[in-house]
Amino acid sequence: MVEKTGSDKKNIKKTKVPRTPMPQQDPKVRARNFQEVALGYTEEDALLEASRCIQCKKPRCIKGCPVEIDIKEFIKLITEKKFEESLAKIREKNTLPAICGRVCPQEDQCEKECILGIKDEPVAIGRLERYVADRELKRLADEGKECVFLDGTHECTREPVAVIGSGPAGLTCAAELSKMGFKVTIFEALHKAGGVLVYGIPEFRLPKDIVQKEIDYLKSMDVDLKVNMVMGKILTLDDLFKDGFKAVFISTGAGLPYFMGISGENLNGVYSANEYLTRSNLMKAYKFPECDTPIMKGENVAVVGGGNVAMDSARTAQRLGAKNVYLIYRRSEAEMPARNEEIEHAKEEGINLKILNNPVEIIGKDGWVDKIKVIKMELGEPDESGRRRPIPIKGSEYDIDIDVVIMAIGQGPNPLLISTIPGLELNSRGNIAADTETGKTSVKGVFAGGDIVTGAATVILAMGAGRKAAYSIDEYIRTGKW
Amino acid sequence: MFKIINKKELAEGIAQYIVEAPLIAKKAMAGQFVVIRVKEDGERVPLTIAAYDREKGTLMLVSMRVGKSTALLAGLKKGDSILDVVGPLGNASEIEDFGRVICVGGGVGIAPVLPIAKELKAAGSYIISVIGAKTKDMLILEDEMGAVSDELHICTDDGSLGYKGFVSGFLEDYLEKNLTGTDPKKTNIERCIAIGPALMMASVAKVTRPFNLKTIVSLNSIMVDGTGMCGACRVAVGGKTKFVCVDGPEFDAHEVDFELLISRQRIYCDQEGVCYDLYEEECKCKK
Repeated sequence: MVEKTGSDKKNIKKTKVPRTPMPQQDPKVRARNFQEVALGYTEEDALLEASRCIQCKKPRCIKGCPVEIDIKEFIKLITEKKFEESLAKIREKNTLPAICGRVCPQEDQCEKECILGIKDEPVAIGRLERYVADRELKRLADEGKECVFLDGTHECTREPVAVIGSGPAGLTCAAELSKMGFKVTIFEALHKAGGVLVYGIPEFRLPKDIVQKEIDYLKSMDVDLKVNMVMGKILTLDDLFKDGFKAVFISTGAGLPYFMGISGENLNGVYSANEYLTRSNLMKAYKFPECDTPIMKGENVAVVGGGNVAMDSARTAQRLGAKNVYLIYRRSEAEMPARNEEIEHAKEEGINLKILNNPVEIIGKDGWVDKIKVIKMELGEPDESGRRRPIPIKGSEYDIDIDVVIMAIGQGPNPLLISTIPGLELNSRGNIAADTETGKTSVKGVFAGGDIVTGAATVILAMGAGRKAAYSIDEYIRTGKW
Repeated sequence: MFKIINKKELAEGIAQYIVEAPLIAKKAMAGQFVVIRVKEDGERVPLTIAAYDREKGTLMLVSMRVGKSTALLAGLKKGDSILDVVGPLGNASEIEDFGRVICVGGGVGIAPVLPIAKELKAAGSYIISVIGAKTKDMLILEDEMGAVSDELHICTDDGSLGYKGFVSGFLEDYLEKNLTGTDPKKTNIERCIAIGPALMMASVAKVTRPFNLKTIVSLNSIMVDGTGMCGACRVAVGGKTKFVCVDGPEFDAHEVDFELLISRQRIYCDQEGVCYDLYEEECKCKK
């Protein structure tokens, strides 16, 4: 399979095997349960898919990965049935493989660069990553063992470093720092670690026991995890430095929900996607009354937005038993920021896409949501985002009967911590101004990364930022140079 | 885990908990709150901090049994622990020597008034406290309020103690009696703090408005995270949407849309009923 001569491109034609499909729950069945949609490859699937990789001499896929996993090598190890070694290879760069294998937008990253994609479909890198991670988790579970780093013998003896926020950026930064020997403490505001992985992404896309296992793995790296710590309130950065922490990494995410500012948004039945998903995912309201946190289920639900969060909200509403779920988006499907896979899944499950529609008012009855008034849109010239600008069509307003509205139009930076840090520079959107390569902020010893710097983005980008910041924290602590 | 080192029944269904939470106690200020969770899969419940002791590292919380989550808390005894206590959240009260301040507490709302009255008094303000409950037996923290007040007035709905009627009724009479000089509606009182059920706070706001008496209320909206992340607690203040958890919990009473607050407090009434009924069934079965 490994071609010794000729360019990588010439080798493409040698693959005859089509991309191995992902086994999935039937759309009709899964639209009413919270179990995982994608069931994962079997060993046979994984071996077949791995055999499609032509082992490029200059693998472009690695460059497409924000954390630069040695993709070529881990796939080669799969073909040799060296699954544990394959996972170890991934973990050299990525401590959360079971998560990334599920939620990374591979089609825009590693798989986009895969040379097979030119004439055929790219190797399913994400599915293979998930396979080796899941296989290991299953093996350990079968043997009644925990997944631990270096048999749990790893001890951190270098300087203490604080990580604020336990989402993808924080977890990755902590893992990298720990590998370098730093004594890391992660401070999490909620009662559970994981950030968006636990409060945002639903169970059917990312099972919470998978997240928990990855976090347990991190804890086995001698990382200290403190929950219920709202930093800026219970402890300030000054307190941390006085307590001996030599550097702080801020990865508090995009935790402030936006609303549209239209009439009726405070009616009962209008949720931010953050609230809706937090209730369902973190608080397990989908199991109410078995779990204590309630959620309004709604028969006719409108979700406003076109990103992954909007898809997650719509699909959650469907699973909670809604008869009709409308996804209202002001541009066309082509402009939707959600992953194609998520849009397809949503459509298969019966979500009604109302593209080129925009809400203008939510109409209430006795304090509760009753209808949503939307206006039809058309696309004009491209705007500053490069996407065609949606323009309302005069007089095209109409009402849809609904009882729940979920606003999934984006999130901003939560000012709770950052407003307590004197001298911390922010950008015009209120995000922390941090160097994209080093994570350095305007305050000495304070680094930042993830959504708090970039605004709402992806899990893997946040992880990339966490990883880079870890190296620059190491350099800062070694040299004292800022 | 946060250990309950002392518990006292203040009235039927209302208990006071002294909870070990040294880091929170170190930073807590009057007017702030915590979010607690009693058990795994339990709700996150906001509770105002009624007192704190920085040296002992404790918080005093007061809770009334109204649904399943507060019933679970009520089921904990001295020596038990609360699973999660997060805080201190929200903004601290404005504390200074305002002159004469009237502190109104209704029902379990007396508990959050206590630390504010105490600190205002320490800052030099003259504290006129007006506390009320349905009956004499339901009145809480009377002695504690007395200790931090220059004047203490008690109201009960049934007249079993003190003034017969609502705190807002007493307040109106009191303000009328304290009118000063030239301006027909000017009293010698500089500020009013009112905490209690939303309806009570709305009534107080209505009473103080014609007197142009600056009135601060602490809002008790539904919350999930309590850190500005979800927006469940949003209210309208001065026509603008605010989050109680991070913009409040205190707001100018004359700007608050109480109708909206009350409506939003009722979102989960039905579900809460279901949950509480099931819980009571379960308790009966265990017995």
